[in-house]
Amino acid sequence: MTAPFQSSVIQPGAIQPVIVGAGPAGVRAAERLVAAGLRPLMIDEAARGGGQIYRQPPDGGFTRSKAALYGFEAAKADALHRTLDGLRDRVDHRPRTLVWNCEESALDLLCDGRTETVPFTHLILATGATDRVLPFPGWTLPGVFTLGGSQVALKFQGCTVGKRVAFLGTGPLLYLVAYQYLKAGVEVAGVFDTTPLPVQARALSGMLRDPVTLAKGLWYVGWLRAHGVPIHNGARPVRVEGDGRVSALVWRDAGQAGGREMRVDCDAVAYGLGLRSETQLADLAGCRFRFDAMDRAWLPERDAAGRSSVAGVYVAGDGGGVAGADAAELAGERAALALLEDAGLPFDAGRATALDRRLSRVAAFRRALSAAFPFPADWADSIADDTMICRCEGVAAGTLRAVAVNSQAREINRAKALTRLGMGRCQGRMCAAAATELLARALGTGPDGVGRLRAQPPIKPLPVSATPRFEAAAS
Amino acid sequence: MREIIGCDVAIVGGGIVGGSAALFLRQMGFTVTLLERDWCGAKASGVNFGGVRRQGRPLEQLPLSQRAHAIWGRLPALLGTDAEYIRSGHLKLARSETDLQALIDYQERSAGFGLDLEIIAGDAFRRRFPALGDRAVGGSLCPEDGHANPRLVSPAFARAAAALGAVVREQTPVDRVERDDDRFTLLCGGGLEVNARFLLNTAGAWSQRIATAFGEPVPLESLHPNMAVTEPLPRFLAVNIGVEGGGVYGRQAPRGNMVVGGGRGFALDADRARPQRDAVLTLMRDAAELFPQIAKAHVIRCWTGVEGYTPDRNPIVGPSRTTPNLFHAFGFSGAGFQIGLAVGEALAELVRDGHSSAPLDAFRIDRFPPTP
Ligand SMILES: Cc1cc2nc3c(=O)[nH]c(=O)nc-3n(C[C@H](O)[C@H](O)[C@H](O)COP(=O)(O)OP(=O)(O)OC[C@H]3O[C@@H](n4cnc5c(N)ncnc54)[C@H](O)[C@@H]3O)c2cc1C
Ligand SMILES: Cc1cc2nc3c(=O)[nH]c(=O)nc-3n(C[C@H](O)[C@H](O)[C@H](O)COP(=O)(O)OP(=O)(O)OC[C@H]3O[C@@H](n4cnc5c(N)ncnc54)[C@H](O)[C@@H]3O)c2cc1C
Repeated sequence: MTAPFQSSVIQPGAIQPVIVGAGPAGVRAAERLVAAGLRPLMIDEAARGGGQIYRQPPDGGFTRSKAALYGFEAAKADALHRTLDGLRDRVDHRPRTLVWNCEESALDLLCDGRTETVPFTHLILATGATDRVLPFPGWTLPGVFTLGGSQVALKFQGCTVGKRVAFLGTGPLLYLVAYQYLKAGVEVAGVFDTTPLPVQARALSGMLRDPVTLAKGLWYVGWLRAHGVPIHNGARPVRVEGDGRVSALVWRDAGQAGGREMRVDCDAVAYGLGLRSETQLADLAGCRFRFDAMDRAWLPERDAAGRSSVAGVYVAGDGGGVAGADAAELAGERAALALLEDAGLPFDAGRATALDRRLSRVAAFRRALSAAFPFPADWADSIADDTMICRCEGVAAGTLRAVAVNSQAREINRAKALTRLGMGRCQGRMCAAAATELLARALGTGPDGVGRLRAQPPIKPLPVSATPRFEAAAS
Repeated sequence: MREIIGCDVAIVGGGIVGGSAALFLRQMGFTVTLLERDWCGAKASGVNFGGVRRQGRPLEQLPLSQRAHAIWGRLPALLGTDAEYIRSGHLKLARSETDLQALIDYQERSAGFGLDLEIIAGDAFRRRFPALGDRAVGGSLCPEDGHANPRLVSPAFARAAAALGAVVREQTPVDRVERDDDRFTLLCGGGLEVNARFLLNTAGAWSQRIATAFGEPVPLESLHPNMAVTEPLPRFLAVNIGVEGGGVYGRQAPRGNMVVGGGRGFALDADRARPQRDAVLTLMRDAAELFPQIAKAHVIRCWTGVEGYTPDRNPIVGPSRTTPNLFHAFGFSGAGFQIGLAVGEALAELVRDGHSSAPLDAFRIDRFPPTP
């Protein structure tokens, strides 16, 4: 019998909280736990804290002011970064560290090419979200980027994805990133919003509950229009054209079946269809999932405070359902209060109630947001049979449709077994949303009717050489 | 809603054993109903390592294993797909002179069975298998053993049976089995009732329930072989590799991914299992030591499955000792993928003739001391 790999043990009775994710949710959770006298371990793959929205440029990199980097959110970004700095000596912050497995009250980490196992008594999963993309003909052509990826390039690599960029899809990031590109001096070939204008107008009125957000959204649209950017509502992509590199986006109006195809010249396309939560760790931790109709995804069950179905495991922020950065900060703090309460430590009950009240308003905001930027369910139909769905394993849409139609696969894990979809490097993190929509359409059911891909460790590729016993073997 | 199906043979479990039994029974003209709680081939049969290997099996399995070998050779004709089945050869490595001697002994003992084992050692070994360097002193090659893609093969049997007219019901658990007069009555999920003259218990690691229901419990244990696969790599290994004395095993899939196995996962519940971290990390180390070609690669996925093991590591295959027309086939102890096809055929013969042309005595259900 080999000795266990776990390096550290927790003293009986001690409380060792671990937070995965140093975004808005993770940082606010850490702050609360520190205030209660605990010393949490906070782990993040990124080099510096801040998460997706308040991501910080690499150390020693080019310097842009926070106002330039974060726009309207500069003050919030600054506040979060300050909190993080202030916690430096009281939190074990582990940057550049991937959590690749969760098993029996311990996490497996990968840092500097080495694995390590750390135990926890309580776990807050604040793993955030990433772009949700669905393929369309030409999407694998160099020059097609996700909206989030385009923003990251601009903010942190200081480069743009093209000189004349078309923005396509749905979600608040669509207008935001188009705006940021225009501000950075890039020509915006147009914004191609999949939502018809009347639908959006009606929904935006629902967002009056959150006038600041509304004002921001309208402000971007107005600003883009004022600068002569064409905005097309109810658009659907037909294909991206180009010889080795994007040269045009061909699109049509969703309202007119078989309507005229239009083309717009561009050298890059940035697109996305909202965000999708990173839920693999919750799955490995054993959390129960339920289908969320708004996010069209299976999400870990959680109560209003963020408690999952597993005692001692909490889910906070976009990783439990996409609700944006402000909500993530509230949810992170709320989950930490729940942890303190569950651990039998003193906690501020008044603060918890106040947070609950504010979080319940977030739910209404989420509904309005998903009404204003609805997912274009018919998009999946327009994916041509020869379009790649799973880029890792080279699985085309037609292959997936075939196993659905000849009824070999009425469920996504089955489709995976038969086609290799989701079996490659990304383990379905990139293609599962698309495959779900496509399979559901082919089977005449909804995305809730085809099951969900089960997570397996490692949740991201793990170097063989990372095993702690490797050196012993190599010598 | 109540639905009643009457048929000659009811089969509980649509793995490779139940699926192939259904196909062979249909070919013989029996009416068949195959009941599968999950999807056919989704359990052990669809997630295993994919080793299609006779070499190394205990001698008493070799007659069945040889018959399975012939059936594997007819795969495209049976299924309309080759399911990535390749007769790549299976090379069992000896890492010491003692181990080499054990391989030579096995070659002698198994001589009459037609495995055509070839012992290769020393310089000849290094010339023939340069990719393995000097990490073995030699090995035993079974040239016609190989590997296949279990995700494709196993469901295909149930599908082929359905194409020949078998009733295949997936997502349909058999909750209770009763017998009166000459008939078995199976009460299944979704209000389905199946009446049959014969019953095949091919429910994999979950077969104990039916055996117990008919008064013959067996010491069956669920274990979970641990698997890992790397990203695709340039081809370096044609043969399927095992090691004398156990430990790590590996094969390179047609796409270039290296699939390795070793150690055990753990049970989440009676139906599901997960890889275990210490097993995964140990497997990575052992695999990289045996195959330095993967040392710079990434593991992209680990998995395991649920498999029934018997104390003597031989399966239970044959008639019930308490109940006429009930036949069991389970407890393959981590090695039922290759042999499963011949077991399916033997079950079909048992139904038709009352006995099988392959010797099954070593696999009697009553060979274990009674469990309290
Ligand atoms: C590319 C991108 C750009 C965005 N830009 C904006 C924007 O401009 N404006 C806006 O309002 N919203 C934006 N969003 C939405 C934004 O993600 C959220 O509203 C907010 O960041 C959610 O905060 P969070 O704390 O829940 O998660 P995040 O901020 O996403 O933080 C999660 C953190 O967890 C880490 N993590 C996840 N899994 C692991 C793991 N297994 N191991 C180690 N670390 C892990 C990640 O590295 C990440 O830093 C963007 C999202 C994306 C994906
Ligand atoms: C990870 C792993 C690696 C392996 N590697 C190899 C290898 O390389 N070579 C080799 O030869 N063997 C290997 N094996 C062993 C081999 O996979 C099994 O021995 C073989 O698949 C058993 O087939 P089966 O049909 O009996 O069982 P299964 O495939 O498990 O099928 C039994 C079926 O019965 C169903 N069932 C159970 N209860 C009920 C019920 N009440 N009602 C309806 N349906 C029910 C189950 O859902 C299941 O689908 C491996 C096994 C595992 C787990």
